[in-house]
Amino acid sequence: MLRKGLTLAAFGLALIAGPALADTTSRPPMEADWTFTGPLGKFDQAQLQRGYKVYREVCSACHSMDLMYFRNLGQKGGPFYDPKYPNPNDNPYVKSLAKDIQVSDIDSDTGDAIKRPATPADKFPAPFPNKAAAAASNGGAAPPDLSVMARAREGGPNYIYSLMQGFVPAPKGLTVPPGKYYNIYYPGDLSGSWSGPPDKVPPGGFISMPPPLIPNKVSFDDGTKSTLQNEARDVAAFLAWAGEPKMEERKQFGLGAMIYLLIFSVLLWFSYRRVWRDVAH
Amino acid sequence: MSAHSTYEPKTGFERWMDMRLPIIRMTHDTVLTFPTPKNLNYWWTFGGILALCLAMQIVTGIILAMHYVPHVDFAFNSVERIMRDVNYGWLVRYTHASGASMFFLAVYIHIFRNLYYGSYKAPREVLWILGCVIYLLMIITAFMGYVLPWGQMSFHGAVVITNLLGAIPLIGPAITTWLWGGFAVDDPTLNRFFSLHYLLPFVIAGVVALHIWALHVPGNNNPTGVNVTSKDDTVPFHPYYTVKDGFAIVVFLILFGFFVFWYPEALMSPDNFVQANPLVTPQHIVPEWYLLPFYAILRSIPNKLGGVIAMFSAIAVLFVLPWLDTSKVRSMRYRPSVRPYYFILIGVCLVLGWCGAQEPAQQVIPHFTTFTVIDYDLNTVVWLSRVMALYYFAYFLVITPMMGLRETPLPLPESISEPVLSHPARGPAVTAAATQKG
Repeated sequence: MLRKGLTLAAFGLALIAGPALADTTSRPPMEADWTFTGPLGKFDQAQLQRGYKVYREVCSACHSMDLMYFRNLGQKGGPFYDPKYPNPNDNPYVKSLAKDIQVSDIDSDTGDAIKRPATPADKFPAPFPNKAAAAASNGGAAPPDLSVMARAREGGPNYIYSLMQGFVPAPKGLTVPPGKYYNIYYPGDLSGSWSGPPDKVPPGGFISMPPPLIPNKVSFDDGTKSTLQNEARDVAAFLAWAGEPKMEERKQFGLGAMIYLLIFSVLLWFSYRRVWRDVAH
Repeated sequence: MSAHSTYEPKTGFERWMDMRLPIIRMTHDTVLTFPTPKNLNYWWTFGGILALCLAMQIVTGIILAMHYVPHVDFAFNSVERIMRDVNYGWLVRYTHASGASMFFLAVYIHIFRNLYYGSYKAPREVLWILGCVIYLLMIITAFMGYVLPWGQMSFHGAVVITNLLGAIPLIGPAITTWLWGGFAVDDPTLNRFFSLHYLLPFVIAGVVALHIWALHVPGNNNPTGVNVTSKDDTVPFHPYYTVKDGFAIVVFLILFGFFVFWYPEALMSPDNFVQANPLVTPQHIVPEWYLLPFYAILRSIPNKLGGVIAMFSAIAVLFVLPWLDTSKVRSMRYRPSVRPYYFILIGVCLVLGWCGAQEPAQQVIPHFTTFTVIDYDLNTVVWLSRVMALYYFAYFLVITPMMGLRETPLPLPESISEPVLSHPARGPAVTAAATQKG
């Protein structure tokens, strides 16, 4: 009976997991070889550091990360975590990373708006003062905040990884509107801009973001080759971490909790057999 | 079957208390010695599992409310703050969010167990109706809870569902405005949804208390459906069912933990990680999985008011089920001619759930066009939903009343103990004991 129950539960899960929703024409994202997937997955700290560098030197010119503080970089599981500094605000590397960035503040003596070097307690500053300014500087499309971007798209980090590499020359017969770029992984419907055969509409869509990464755009300090693929993978890993900084803690805690529950269930099973041994049922 | 109390106060305090508020006696009689049929199978453990689900939702919910900010500008970020900066906030939030799905999974199994074993029949009609009330309250509570993180799906789901009330003739638009607290889903809506989402679980807890009370008057139904006839048919709830329920609860928690620790995003829509924006509508607005069958029924009717009526009727029909069922035999074990219809109903509900997640015009069999009837091609999700919805209502309104009159049930056992003792899987020791008793 229990087996039937679990079968039913599995049925329910299939129902949850499988709502095939998108009827978009984009290509399904490529799958990178992540270290952080699976029940025991962990982030690769060196990869997160490289990814942060890509974000800082490229993405942050247009994209905010409103939910991120510099201290997050030095917290447990973060790119610059150092066990010597359990309080990330003391981490000298994080301090120096923060110091390089100017943030807005109010001078407490005069009340004037000033700029000062950031501290680990500061938020990542946004590149534009407001959404309208962000849109005005980017052809009318405000660059979205990246804090939870890796969780806000179907495919997550694989989608970001693919999108970064999905800028290809538009096929003949596809008219790309001015200020837009053709990307095979961006969801969209291109039938309106397609003059070729109607059953051969190319996959993908038009995105307002110009191709952000090219080979050798970011130099990696650890000797990793600065290919487009590496840059794309590392920044996607960084955004996956930023989207859920407590993921490692969750998986590790989960392992302990599940072992506990399994042992407990075995003990209860034997208790059940013992309590019921004299009752026909 | 509500046997008279066997409680004897042992200490002075217990005697003093027993004269004034016999709460220890009540606990003793309901939790420890309550005579429970000895043949309950694992499908009966979902009552205990549901009690645990409710308790977990209330406890995690109270903690979340300490950190959540019900304001359109702050709600989304306050939820993320729980995930990032609150100690074990991720655990509390994922337990609460996945907990809603686990709660519904358990309640669906509980309801279908009830339908199979005919537990809703006399003398348990009130028990069943209270259960339907709990289910209805759960739907309302879960819907409001889903709005609180103020993501895209939260917001647009709230718009779609609250707009349904606008289909009521004449007063519909006024009711919608009243519900919103304005002319659109906005800050007042979020605030009142938060308030009600906090209130309703305690209302559910109250109805659960009535549900358990109503259970303890006639006592449990059981897989044979025949009444308890003697003391030999029952065992005291403790330790027999505390340990059996306990085992089932822990197995259920393992499934629960799988989602919370390793696969929480399976139960979340990526769209809900985008802050609500009234100006951008997500491509597909779908409710959570546990409401998809009703959503499919809603969309299967081309008229909005008709759809709303059909959707509410799908729940309303459950309330009158005890009077639609004409069969005196409770358990489907002895109703072989009805059993296939029951299993088809389960399949129909799953297919309706699938339909609810698809676009109405999507083809069921890809690249296969038949012919258009009324508004859509026959090979579309919307027509599949119509056929399935028709079966759903036919099961309750036609099949159940008809079959009760026409079928020939198998002979019922004399007592609960009879089929138990003649069960072929039992060992010889038990058979010997049975012979002795006989």
